[in-house]
Amino acid sequence: MTQTGINGAPTKSPPKLPTWLGLLLADKFATAAVIFLSLVVVAALIGPALLDGVASKVAFRGRNLAPFQLDHGWLMILGSDSLGRPIFARIIVAAQNTMMIAAFTVVAASCIGAALGLVAGYSRKFLSDAILRLADVIMSFPSLLLAVIVLYMLEPAVTNLVIVLAITRIPVYLRTTRAEVLEIRERMFVQAAKVMGASSWRIAFVHILPMVLPTLLTIATLDFAFVMLAESSLSFLGIGIQPPEVTWGLMVAQGRPYMNQAWWLSFWPGLFIVLTAMSLNLVSNWLRIVLDPTQRWRLEKRRETNHG
Amino acid sequence: MAEHILEVRDLSVEFHTAGKVVEAVRNVSFHLDRGETLAILGESGSGKSVSASAVMDLIDCPPGRITSGAITYRGEDLLHMPAGKRREVNGRKIAMIFQDPLAHLNPVYPVGWQIAEAMRVHGMPAGDAHRRTIELMGRVGIRDPEQRARAYPHQFSGGQRQRLMIAMALGYDPDVLIADEPTTALDVTVQLQILRLLQELRDETGMGLLLITHDLGVVAEMADRAIVMNAGEVVETGAVRDVLKHPNHPYTQKLIAAVPGQGSIRHSAVGVAEPILSVRNLNKHFGTYHALRDVSFDLRAGETVAIVGESGSGKSTTARAIVRLDDADSGSVQYGGRDLCALSDKEMFRLRRDIQMVFQDPTQSLNPRMSVFQIISEAWRIHADILPRNQWRARVLELLDLVGLAAEHADRYPHQFSGGQRQRIAIARALAMQPRIIICDEAVSALDVSVQSQVIRLLDNLRDQLGVAFIFIAHDLPVVRDFADRVVVMKEGAIVEEGDVVQIFEAPAHAYTQALLAASLEPDPDQRGKHQRESA
Repeated sequence: MTQTGINGAPTKSPPKLPTWLGLLLADKFATAAVIFLSLVVVAALIGPALLDGVASKVAFRGRNLAPFQLDHGWLMILGSDSLGRPIFARIIVAAQNTMMIAAFTVVAASCIGAALGLVAGYSRKFLSDAILRLADVIMSFPSLLLAVIVLYMLEPAVTNLVIVLAITRIPVYLRTTRAEVLEIRERMFVQAAKVMGASSWRIAFVHILPMVLPTLLTIATLDFAFVMLAESSLSFLGIGIQPPEVTWGLMVAQGRPYMNQAWWLSFWPGLFIVLTAMSLNLVSNWLRIVLDPTQRWRLEKRRETNHG
Repeated sequence: MAEHILEVRDLSVEFHTAGKVVEAVRNVSFHLDRGETLAILGESGSGKSVSASAVMDLIDCPPGRITSGAITYRGEDLLHMPAGKRREVNGRKIAMIFQDPLAHLNPVYPVGWQIAEAMRVHGMPAGDAHRRTIELMGRVGIRDPEQRARAYPHQFSGGQRQRLMIAMALGYDPDVLIADEPTTALDVTVQLQILRLLQELRDETGMGLLLITHDLGVVAEMADRAIVMNAGEVVETGAVRDVLKHPNHPYTQKLIAAVPGQGSIRHSAVGVAEPILSVRNLNKHFGTYHALRDVSFDLRAGETVAIVGESGSGKSTTARAIVRLDDADSGSVQYGGRDLCALSDKEMFRLRRDIQMVFQDPTQSLNPRMSVFQIISEAWRIHADILPRNQWRARVLELLDLVGLAAEHADRYPHQFSGGQRQRIAIARALAMQPRIIICDEAVSALDVSVQSQVIRLLDNLRDQLGVAFIFIAHDLPVVRDFADRVVVMKEGAIVEEGDVVQIFEAPAHAYTQALLAASLEPDPDQRGKHQRESA
């Protein structure tokens, strides 16, 4: 055991990078989640280059092959789809589009939403009202209908898909951020900063945003799964990703007619969506603890006992 | 002597928190007889509330665990009683009232319904419960109980809400009433009324009153016997007079010595220097509510002006108007030849360094995600011309030393400090600006008595060393007695009296000042008698 100061905080702070790694290793679930997410990212980066040919090769003789059979090569380990394409390869190739759409959408929606929420929560009445009414308009308009109209008029491309999905998700971040800002701006330490002469910019970004961040991170990770599925329904309607391009959501949608005969068509991509969303959630949970000085001891303590 | 109605023997309670075991209460024993008042006196963290919670079965297990001891009510062992039977005792035979009545009343039900419910859950028919409710509300001094029973908690004042809680506790004529800091959240004048009410009810019904408090004045006023707790242990026990007049244990002696307002009155050394801050005719409305009415006073260099008043008197609003946290509707604040109220944000920014503020609750006034170094150095981040960056570290350590903290504290976070230490950090933050005026808004009200006196001594030293002028806002007169040069008494947004400390304490002119003085409780049993005769 290392020497501990008051409330179990280490008296000497060890060098920065190993601390983060150590704190990660202290949480086994978060470690597993990070490993899984790294694999998905690697697949998204190099998958299409390696397996694009295999993944789109149609083989009618091998349609709907059951999983866990190695007769047709290891790529068929998870079975094949209705056109005889190996599902495993397709999942790896699809990782790129899926992650790109989901990540860009969530990042864009949360950044814009949080920024507008900060402004709405912290600024004068008129601006705040204007932003809120805008959010109301977006929220009251069915998001899928909006997407259908926009994508019908524009051409269905990845960028357009991201823009449409991001717009429909902005109000969630905006409203959450604003609600938290309204509460936090009344707290004493914000008042204390004002008395010191801190600018609005400083109060918003140094004092308020770090308090809102954990909530935003949690919503963002939950949103990740939502966006993947929303994208699949758009693709299902034919206005999202266009075959032969593929995403996990589209794979789920395409497998649906075969649910009776070949469950694995939808199951495997569905499983990857779930695992990705869950991993992100675990990581965000871990991050929330690490970023909070009053909670960090939980991980530090676990780490000490592990090394004990 | 007959059997005690409530007896606690060798009670030990531990809590499993933050990865370690904390012994909140160790081997505590006390007993309570009918018709008497026992006070448990202690500072925060002394285990006084935990002891009472154990009696009411309010300790969450886990994390809490009663490791040893027995609690008997009329000879029956409460700790090994079946849950159903225990519930029959709780509320019917042993009742409890809490510090913050607003938190214990449900905002969506009328108060009459809630008081009646406390009786209905024990099987009283609704009609009887209602009749008893009206009767009780009348008894605890709520005027027009039939009408008021239909009102909601937010429609009552703090003192009235505590009366309602007492009514709720009295439903079944309990044998024991546990009052956990019943008047801590109340104004002094209201506090006295509530204490009187409790005393009357005790004499009327012959119940035993277990009073948990941190306030020596309350103990002297109310209790027959007292036990003093420190760090989970009983350090002293005996009749109130003995405990307060001839304390044996060093801790009790320290506690009694720390009570504010017993030193000699400060004789102002400031004289007739020119005022550095002049508040003139400040007015402020919140909607139709007139929060400030023509507030005017001066502050001279190096002087301390105390603003005293009860909640809603406008003392904090005055402070907030001076530092422009809220803008006043009319009036002016002259500082350095300029009117602070008329300055643009940019001009105000330059003057902000001169006027700093220390807030009531240091737990809330320090950003929990910033280290002490970041908190203190933020001043120089905002006002870049005060100090070059390479001297920040050295200056932070210097300031920590000045307020009585150690150098290694710089890299810790606020939650790792006690309340008193946090307030020292807040003071260091204010000093980082090198201000000429520091406004303390109830800066010591949230602190324990012994810590309170330390912080006041610190402020006193700073005043002498640095020549800072203070505006010291408090709801309590004794606190300002040995610290302030002049006192401003406020009521309902207006200043009712202003004068030197000596004059205010020895010859108060206004009736309200006299009432405030009479209502503040004396920890000395002999003094207490004198006060009551005077006020009667």
